[in-house]
Amino acid sequence: MKPILSAQHLSMQFGGLRAVGDFNLDLNPGELVGLIGPNGAGKTTVFNMLTGVYAPTEGRVELLVGDKLEDISGLQPHKITRKGVARTFQNIRLFKSMTVWENVSIARHSQVPYSLAQAILRLPPFGRAEAEVRREILDLLAIFKIEAKADWRAANLPYGDQRKLEIVRALASKPTVLLLDEPAAGMNPQETLELMDLIRFVKDRYRLTVLLIEHDMNLVMGICERLVVLDYGLTIAQGLPAEIRANPVVIKAYLGEDAVHA
Amino acid sequence: MRIFRNLAFLTVLGAGVFGILEFLISTGVLDDYSLQILCTAGINIMVALSLNLISGFTGQLALGHAGFLAVGAYSTGILLLAHVPFGLAILGGALMTALLGFLIGFPALRLRGDYLAIVTLGVGEIIRVLIINLGGLTGGSAGLRNIPGYAENIMVNNPAAFLWIFPAVLLAVALVANLIQSSHGRALISIREDEIASQSMGVNIFGMKLMSFTVSAFLAGLAGALYAPFIGYLAPGGFDFLRSVFFVIIVVLGGMGSLTGTVLSGIGLTFLQEALRTNAKDWSQSVASLFGNPHGGTLDLVPMSQVLFGLVLVLLMIFRPQGLLGSSELRLTKLTGRSKK
Repeated sequence: MKPILSAQHLSMQFGGLRAVGDFNLDLNPGELVGLIGPNGAGKTTVFNMLTGVYAPTEGRVELLVGDKLEDISGLQPHKITRKGVARTFQNIRLFKSMTVWENVSIARHSQVPYSLAQAILRLPPFGRAEAEVRREILDLLAIFKIEAKADWRAANLPYGDQRKLEIVRALASKPTVLLLDEPAAGMNPQETLELMDLIRFVKDRYRLTVLLIEHDMNLVMGICERLVVLDYGLTIAQGLPAEIRANPVVIKAYLGEDAVHA
Repeated sequence: MRIFRNLAFLTVLGAGVFGILEFLISTGVLDDYSLQILCTAGINIMVALSLNLISGFTGQLALGHAGFLAVGAYSTGILLLAHVPFGLAILGGALMTALLGFLIGFPALRLRGDYLAIVTLGVGEIIRVLIINLGGLTGGSAGLRNIPGYAENIMVNNPAAFLWIFPAVLLAVALVANLIQSSHGRALISIREDEIASQSMGVNIFGMKLMSFTVSAFLAGLAGALYAPFIGYLAPGGFDFLRSVFFVIIVVLGGMGSLTGTVLSGIGLTFLQEALRTNAKDWSQSVASLFGNPHGGTLDLVPMSQVLFGLVLVLLMIFRPQGLLGSSELRLTKLTGRSKK
């Protein structure tokens, strides 16, 4: 089986600092993979390389588009998004002064069927397309039960809904691969449980492949099918959650030398 | 559709205001002098609208719009002096400025925030210095004289200018409003809110910024194009950095990201500036007499008005830092109580 996203020997060098070195990962279609590691291990840097925010210093990223693997390393972020990779952010990055539905509409902008001139002149394609986009977005919001807040300013949403809106917004770009950067950050155990259901739900409903960064081990062990562990930019372990949990190298990275022998 | 109702409503409102003003002009209630200030306000509003598009909505601070105004004005002035048909000369000035905006935007918009402000400031100054030094074309520091006006008869130039400038302002408001209330406009606002998130949603942020900057240059150029035959004489001194700052002040005072705010503050500040200019002599003499110099000889007149102008701004920034309207619009539905969320 061809991987849907494949990172080969990715490295990221910031001046004298090697944030990530020789990172390899093959995501198979429909997988839910967790990327874990202590703070500063380089997890978000990996996301930034996969999505084009950083151009990797070395290595390449390939994405399955149609039934062909394309080299997407070094492409600009918006081009990578349009090829089917969507993401959320560790520190929520909503368009705060815009309404909920407007936030989602940004993800649809690249597919909007009218031109700038048609918008300025308010020609018929504009009215039709705007009504349609709005209806589609309301339907999408309804699936996640936030359609009642469609016209709220994003900044006024409760925290949990802000996290949810980020995921909905990412889905609206119709991705094949979804990258979630610490989706459970700041959530209480109850909210985390709901989030786990939500992630499973979107993965199945939209037939997505999901890669997520997370510190909450309940979530990671609960839903991830496979884990990759980073420490100081290097991959120190890969495997099933149960294997990772028992791996002495991982325990050492998280808890220190003594914990392994305890 | 709400959008179309709004549009029809604005058209009727615009036509209504236009009719009333035309009536006041024909009956002589609005004299030539007030008409001149109204036209100046119209020009200022257009430039401020264009600046609001790039700075208020797209979030890219630009400090060189006097330069765009100059390019539009000089281009049209030169075309008119070369006996190019009037409408073509106006369009030519606007398009010339749009082209310049596109060419400058291409390298400049790769810079972020403060750097763009410095580059646009520099470009504005370069344009002014070029105008001074291209004497053969622009008349140099002596200025471009005897530009044909809107009317053959100079006595009725202002009413004729108003016939062009007022509809042009309405057109500019409609253009920016329609642009903002579309997917393209939302994409521009998303760039202001968070560039990284915006590009991660598939928005080509460089392309959208370039579009916004070019449209902005076009509108500022159009304002300049309409200004040349209105004023009849162009001198490079009128397009300096302070002029650019004046446009920034209009936008900030009205509210970054508010079109109605820009229109209101454009009118207000133009009148305030004019009042300060014409009354500066009296006021500066009374201030001077406070200091025991009844003849006011030591106080310069213009700086006095600048002080008051600055005072207004300082007070505003203390009591209403987001500008008069913030980023919201003045809507008639609000005034009549049928407010919508």
